[in-house]
Order: sequence, then C-alpha cells, then structure tokens
Amino acid sequence: MADYQTFQHDVLVIGAGGAGLRAAIEASAAGVSVGLVCKSLLGKAHTVMAEGGIAAALGNVDDRDNWKVHFADTMRGGQYVNQWRMAELHAKEAPDRVRELEAWGAVFDRTKDGRILQRNFGGHRYPRLAHVGDRTGLEMIRTLQDHGIHQGIEVYMEHTILALLKEGERVVGAFGYERERGRFKIFRAKAIVLATGGLGRAYKITSNSWESTGDGLSLAYDAGAELIDMEFIQFHPTGMIWPPSVVGILVTEGVRGEGGILTNNEGKRFMFEQIPENYRTQTADNAEEGWRYCQGDKNARRPPELLTRDHVARCIVREIKEGRGTPHGGVYLDIAWIKEKMSNSAEHIKRKLPSMYHQFKQLADIDITEQPMEVGPTTHYAMGGIHVDADTQMSRIPGLFAAGECAAGINGANRLGGNSLSDIVVFGKRAGEYAAKFAKENSLGQIDQGKIDLAASEAVAPFERAAGENPYSVQRDLREAMQDLVGIVRTESEMKTALEKLKGFWERANRAGVIGHREFNPGWHTALDLKTLLTVSEAITLAALERKESRGAQFRDDYPDKDDQFAKVNTMISKAADGSMQIRLDPLPEMPDYLKQVIEEMK
Amino acid sequence: MSTATFKIWRGDAKAGGFEDYSTEVAEGMVVLDAVHDIQAKQANDLACRWNCKAGKCGSCSAEVNGMPKLMCMTRMSDLALDKPITIEPIKAFPLVKDLITDVSWNFQVKKKIKKFKPRAPDAADGTWRMAQEDIDRVQEFRKCIECFLCQDVCHVLRDHRKHDEFIGPRFLIYVAALEMHPLDTEDRIPELKATQGIGYCNITKCCTKVCPENIQITDNAIIPLKERVVDQFYDPLGWIWRKLKKNR
Repeated sequence: MADYQTFQHDVLVIGAGGAGLRAAIEASAAGVSVGLVCKSLLGKAHTVMAEGGIAAALGNVDDRDNWKVHFADTMRGGQYVNQWRMAELHAKEAPDRVRELEAWGAVFDRTKDGRILQRNFGGHRYPRLAHVGDRTGLEMIRTLQDHGIHQGIEVYMEHTILALLKEGERVVGAFGYERERGRFKIFRAKAIVLATGGLGRAYKITSNSWESTGDGLSLAYDAGAELIDMEFIQFHPTGMIWPPSVVGILVTEGVRGEGGILTNNEGKRFMFEQIPENYRTQTADNAEEGWRYCQGDKNARRPPELLTRDHVARCIVREIKEGRGTPHGGVYLDIAWIKEKMSNSAEHIKRKLPSMYHQFKQLADIDITEQPMEVGPTTHYAMGGIHVDADTQMSRIPGLFAAGECAAGINGANRLGGNSLSDIVVFGKRAGEYAAKFAKENSLGQIDQGKIDLAASEAVAPFERAAGENPYSVQRDLREAMQDLVGIVRTESEMKTALEKLKGFWERANRAGVIGHREFNPGWHTALDLKTLLTVSEAITLAALERKESRGAQFRDDYPDKDDQFAKVNTMISKAADGSMQIRLDPLPEMPDYLKQVIEEMK
Repeated sequence: MSTATFKIWRGDAKAGGFEDYSTEVAEGMVVLDAVHDIQAKQANDLACRWNCKAGKCGSCSAEVNGMPKLMCMTRMSDLALDKPITIEPIKAFPLVKDLITDVSWNFQVKKKIKKFKPRAPDAADGTWRMAQEDIDRVQEFRKCIECFLCQDVCHVLRDHRKHDEFIGPRFLIYVAALEMHPLDTEDRIPELKATQGIGYCNITKCCTKVCPENIQITDNAIIPLKERVVDQFYDPLGWIWRKLKKNR
C-alpha cells in the first residue's frame, strides 16, 4: 500500500473554466476552504475559446426583452425536452451574473448611452448577447480568474482526477495525478463540484481542445450518478474546413449576428428554402428584412441564418450532400458582402470580429472583409451530461455537484448560442453555494484505500506494456468511428456497428502502452483519457439508439420526424451492478402552469 | 507534399539536447501540427502544452528558429524548409521537460497586484455607465492571452534574471489595464516604483514585437505608467504640494 500526498478541503472543485471558477468563488465567499483542480494552467480552460457572447435578458438594446422571452427562446430551441426549472432559473438569474462580472472588472462593449451592448444570435428573439468583440470567453475567464485568486482558493494546476472516492453513498474525495512529476495525490473533501466541461474529443472534427474528454461525466457515471440527454451533441454549423490543419476550429455565430450570410456554390442563400414551422412567424422572408434586423430595426424579423444551430447545421449538410458545396466540401459564409451596405465595412468587421479576421488571415490566407469563408459543421458542445437537481446542482450522489457543460438539463435537444456562457456562471454560482452548504453540514469521510490502490495500479499499467498499442492511434480510430457512425445523421445499423467497434477500442485501450517515465508524459495522459472518452462515446451511442426520432441535434435518417412518444422523456444512463451501461427513458417533470402560460404568450 | 526536418529540444533540467525528427508538410500546416504529428507517431512522450490551436489560449509558446512564437499560429509555409527548424522551450522560466517550462512565477506575481476596486455604481440598479471610447485602451490590454512570450523576450527577465525585482511586460499591461479602467479607484503606482521594478524597463520594445495579440505594450501601457510614476514621485511641484497638504 503506497502512501500518497493528501490534501484536504471543505469543497473541491474539479475544472477551472467559467463554471468551476464561479463555483470556487461562491464557495470560498461562503467561508469554506476550497481547492480548485485544473487539467491545464489556470485561465486556459475551454471558456477562453468562447467567442460570441453571454446571453442575458438585460434589455439594454431592446427593452422588450425580459426573462420570460429568454426562457421561451431557450425552451423552443431545446424542443421542449429541457428541464424547465433550469431554463427558468437561468433566464431569471443571467442578468445578475453579467452585472456581477462587470463589478469584478469585466469590460464589455458599450451601447451609445454607456451600458452593456448586446448583439443578435441564433434563436434569441432580441439582441441579447453581452460581448467583447468576438473574445467574450477570454474576458469572462480572465475576470473570474483575477477575482478568484484573491479569494484564498488553493489552485492545483495541471492535475487530472482519475477517480472519485466514496464512503457508502456519499462522495468524500478524489484521486488523481499531477502532470509535472506524475505523482499521485489524494484530495479529501466534504463536497465536490464537477465542472470539467465537454467531450468533443470523442469526434474527429471538433472545436474542442485535448482537454475535452468527458472526464467529469465518466467520473460521475463510475461513481453512480446518472447521465441525461447524451444523444444531443451540438454540431456547430460553422467550423473552418480549409486548410486541413485548421479543420474544426470555430467560426463564431457572431459573424451571422453581424449580418453574415450562408451561400452555396451557385451563390444562392439557401437558408431561405427551409424554415421550421415553429420559427416561421419569427423569421424574415426576404434578404432586405434580414439585413434590417441585423441593423437593429425592431420591426424586422431575423434572417434565417440565425435559426437554431441544429437546423442550420443540417441545411449545410444538405447543400454539401446534394452537390452544391464549395471546393473543399463546405458552404460559404460571407460577411464581406456588407460593403454593399456600409462604406466603412472593412473597419466595422475588424472591430466587431477581430479574432475571426486574424484567424482567417493568419491560418487560411483569407481576408474576411473581402472574401467569403468556407465553413462546415464541427462538434462543439454536449447538451447531455450529469443529471442534477435544478436548484442545487447536486447529482443523485450526496455531496457530488456538477455545473456547466458537464451537467445537463438546461439545453434540452439543442443549445442556443450564448446560453453556455450564462449557464456556467448561473449554475456555477449555485453549485458553489450549495456545495459550501453541504460541506458545512457534513464532516470529512473515510477514504477507501482499496479503491485508491486499484486506481493507482490501473493508471501505471500502461508503463508495463511499453510495446503495447499506441494510445494516440486508439484515440484517432475512436474519433473517426464516432464521426462516421454517430455523427450529424444517424441510423440504427451504423450505431450498432459503432457499439461493436467500441468494444474493440476498449480492448485496444486496455492494451495501450506508454514509453518514457511519468514526468509530463503526454502519451501516458492520452492513454488514461481513453477510458473517459470510451465511456462517453458508449453513452452517446446508446442514447442516440434509444431515441427513435429526430429532435433538435439528434437527426435519425431512419426516423426523420419528431415523435410524440419521445416528446416528454429524457434518456437516462447509469452503471448497473454488473458494470454494464444501462439506459432508460425518464419522464420529464411536469411544467407548472405559470411557465406554460409564458410559453403560450411567446408563441 | 514536401518534408520538413526539425531539431526539437528533449530533456529536463538535468540533461538534454536537440533530437532530429522529420514530418510530411500538408497545406496550411502550422508548427504545432508538426509537433503533434511527431508526438503521435514518433515520440509519444514529447511534452508540450496546447489547448485552442487558434491563438486564443496562449498555451503553446516556444522558440521556433530562435524566435518566441505561438506554435499554433506559426505557419510552416513561412519557414525555410531547406534546413532543420529548431523548436525549443522559452528561456525566461525554469525548464520542466522538453517544451514545457515552469511558469508558476507569473501566477504568483499576479496575485500580489492589488485587485480591481470599482467606484460606487452610477445608477440606482447597481450598474455603471462607460463610453466605448473610454474603454478602448483597456480592452486592448485585456486581449492578453497570457502566453508569456513578452516575459520570455524581456532581457530583464531572460538575461538578468530579475524575477524578484521586476514583474515583466505582461504584468505591466495588467497594472495598466487596472489603472486605466474607468471604474477603478485603487492606486498601484507606488508599488510599480518600489517593488515591481518599472524602472528596469528601458523601452527596447522587444515585448511589443513578439506579442501575438499585437498589443502596443510599450507605447500604450509601459510608457504611460512610467509617466504616472514620474508624476507621483519626481514632479517637484507635486512633491511640494503633497508635503504641504500632509503637514496641514
């Protein structure tokens, strides 16, 4: 039995993006000791890459906006399988969370009268996204980081958690390693908040970094929590597609918010061709009206490019499949065209979309003020994740909380752009608050040494197989399989093939070998991340098979329509006693009348 | 498809040296792609940091052919392929392994800088009013992605190792962003002079030159801060005025 360095906190937060930082700040403000574990350096988490803005019904640009409209927009975008209570809390609390960021030093772009400026985004009825050009995520994470470091939070940078530790039903700690020396560490805590973000690395084409391997979901699942809505993976309509080295890198929806249009190789604005029934009354039917909307005309309706991401991504796939794609297999996203409408368009674009200008200029030799961009869908976000109580963010495991992308429920079948940045601060705060409360009401638990020894021996096993499978090759093949078989368009036969293939990948992962030693060894880290990637990949596939209909981000070629049978259920995944993955359909909680009325009013 | 050869620094603080690798070069490829390719196929244990691969997170800082760069934004097509491309870790911080350095000093420095302290809200609902033109400068500084390339290239840190006496360009713009924030009420000028070593900067502008965000570090942040230090400590009229005010 080895003796590992042990740390002790009231609340341990795992993940230091927006949700983790906000949870840590809230918990420490409640007077408990807080540890914050992050996989990278502080301030490099995925939040830093968010571009377009944070959705909050401040009503600064259009005073018709309020929480009810935001709530209704979120539910409509999620095809009404969202957890209504989360959507309600989110819409009501997001404005306070944005104002709080300003009080902590964030510098959002301004309206003419000096208030926080808001921009248009897909699926939001009014201009609702507070932003800083197209680097809103950087502004948020830096603000939270710079506020947080003065709160007495203990930060453990470049650490990865391998297992959660329980005493009976309750979570009492976590076991992991530090990258620099490769040493194992034990974290004892009275409550734990998971804020580990997404799982985009399960797919070949993704906007996500190496970190997004579904760690929190896998940890929670292994510890006995439930995963909800795993079939709903958001494919962002506009990722870069050329040159090959940049495939998948995000192109902000803000481009379309600022008036950018989507065209095919015939020069046609194809988004006008198919407008979903429930958005028909809100959508412009001609180009002129769409442009007026982007310019702030309150009587105009939004252009079809600003329909929800699931729909826009599918229209793009249709154009490409039917032979109207661009030379590199995408469609055109054109913001340069606005020079017809404004004399200083180049300056305007550079000011509103500086990092997009920079990104295309430097990586693709494209000047977006002069030329259209080539774009296509990229795996971006997991609507599904850990099932939590809407108010407290606690999972079904006492003391285990989750917030942000790794938690689920607010987005339903499709997330609106901008709702993730508000989600992370609204529910990060709540998770921190209730985790601190739980920590105050409970004492430290007993650490299960047997579990630690097992996790440690599993973790070092790859070193004993130096001649084993290359972990990078296993990851590459897994990502390719998920992309091909459980991607934007799904069918039962392909997904069954995927399940078979996953079994093979598990076997290969168990044979994966590592060269070198434990000090900062990315090969080792990649081998260890295979387990979490495989767990979430299996969950996605099982859930997508179970939902035999098309709704939001889930499109089934074999069941192309919505089915009432699935209109009021969520898929729920858990680990059975024998270790196998179980799935069931769980009825949605009944929405109270006052919220039904809100939805009715906003139709 | 052409082939590129690399000399990549391998090793830790105790021992190490350049090792040779080669990869195929695809269209549009950046240096980080080459490093990833080598990592996946030839050297699984090659250590490097990265996250966004789009110049937004500032993780993959290294020295490419001797120049401090983000590897993700350095195109292979901008480099001469007829001789080996060298990739080595940044030099201003202690080496951990391969391309990884221990940058924790930066996080400690930031913690010592006084935090944002806003004035009372302007409106009854607890909000403030700021004009866009009054925040343009602060927004420029807040573009910083903390890649620490400016710290790496600054001779005060890189060559003279004044880490105990000088906070470096990154934190000078951090102080500038706070000092020029229209809502902030704190005074950080005394520390700039006393403990943060602004006097060490002799405005050679190397930091500005390597900044991947094109922040005008020297002209827009450091020089104005130096002026504020001068105003507060070396302006004789101001000095007499404060003396009189104090004695009263």
